[in-house]
Amino acid sequence: MQYNGGSIVAMVGKNCVAIASDLRLGNQALTIATDFEKVFPITDRIYLGMAGLATDVLTLRERFRFRVNMYSIKEEREIEPKTLAQLVSSTLYERRFGPYFIEPIIAGLTDSSKGSQPFIASADLIGCLNFAKDFVVVGTAEDKLLGVAEGLWEPDLEPEDLFETISQTLLNAVDRDAFSGWGAVVHVITPDKVITRTLKGRMD
Amino acid sequence: MDSSNIYKKSGFDFSNQIRNNFLAAKGVPVPKATSTGTTIVGCLFKDGIVLGADTRATAGEIIADKNCEKVVNPSCCGAGTAADTEFTTALISSNLELHSLSTGRKPRVVTAMTMLKQMLFQYQGHIGAALVLGGVDVTGPHLFTIHPHGSTDKLPYVTMGSGSLAAMAVFEAGWKAGMERQEAIDLVSAAISAGIFNDLGSGSNVDVCVITKERTDMLRNYIKPNERVTKERHYKFTRGTTAYQSENIRKYIVDESITYLTGSATTATTAEEAMDVS
Repeated sequence: MQYNGGSIVAMVGKNCVAIASDLRLGNQALTIATDFEKVFPITDRIYLGMAGLATDVLTLRERFRFRVNMYSIKEEREIEPKTLAQLVSSTLYERRFGPYFIEPIIAGLTDSSKGSQPFIASADLIGCLNFAKDFVVVGTAEDKLLGVAEGLWEPDLEPEDLFETISQTLLNAVDRDAFSGWGAVVHVITPDKVITRTLKGRMD
Repeated sequence: MDSSNIYKKSGFDFSNQIRNNFLAAKGVPVPKATSTGTTIVGCLFKDGIVLGADTRATAGEIIADKNCEKVVNPSCCGAGTAADTEFTTALISSNLELHSLSTGRKPRVVTAMTMLKQMLFQYQGHIGAALVLGGVDVTGPHLFTIHPHGSTDKLPYVTMGSGSLAAMAVFEAGWKAGMERQEAIDLVSAAISAGIFNDLGSGSNVDVCVITKERTDMLRNYIKPNERVTKERHYKFTRGTTAYQSENIRKYIVDESITYLTGSATTATTAEEAMDVS
């Protein structure tokens, strides 16, 4: 986890969810890149974030892209967030005794036929799921993020308010973490649009 | 799915091990898995079994989940490595279903217990699942504990996890044979509460599950002694607090309405009729 650094947070709002990550890629204490995104779109309304060893982040991004494509071809429909969570979980548990060093976060909305309900989940590196109703955090700034989010998050935030809350949570937590930072990217997912914003952060 | 590939065997994949050992030798710290430093209990009563669990999941010294579900399967509570308890019970539960389908009999608690202990023994304790298994079958009510190495106990009242000492103290003081349903629920709640308040690895709420011959009642969050008080102030930021460098908005089509260009559709005929009236 500390080898490359990086942190991700996801929050539930009123008929919306937000997921945000920092942009640092390091080799231990040396910063290698400042544009390393860790959150990827899976469908129009589901985003998957992975914090941890960068090589595994890229490997699993492709593996999940493949498995989600196979799912939608076989089922002839888009994957649901909770199904994706189970898919991620079993993919990680398959490697119980030689894990991928990543912790995933899933944020998305259920299908519009199911009322576009907000959904977030996280897992540990061997696929133990955590379905939260408020927020989930992973990465090197996990403990700081938990503290800040516990103080700032409140229920039923509108998309624009949720953006402010998640941005301030991430930015302030990451400022106290040596392995995360160098800017952030925030996705706010609503039933009719996805707002993606790039934030500036401390560069030390 | 690629996992159902006929060329690929089912079961665990060890292919990352060489790389991970190399990283460990280089001094890269291995991330810790979520474990449930838990209080889980079970006790026998007149008509069946009552199972109980707390709802705290920990990762090292931080609380990973404040309200997780440790009664993984309506007949089984798990302590230890959270992912292991979850997947082991799921696997045995589906194997048990297949077993009962092929034998044409209802599954027995001993069968589930034997399947679990054989799997855990096979893995020599590397699957860190510590379980309390209870149920009622044709031979009556049964209650077992299963340890990660595959040893089992059959007792009238059992506790497991880091809060097991606190919970067992309550059982030793209060358990008696042939209790009523509510008496047993109260005793189990008291045992879990002892774990919640006296063991740091356990916390939050009490989950209870009552299994009788007729039915299984899952009483999720039966007691909530640690409810968070509502915040007295809002901590909302005024919009525009966070400056952003760039913005990209992906808009989706939510509702589609179809306008026919030729007069063949029904909407066109109704429009003509409307015009006739005017």
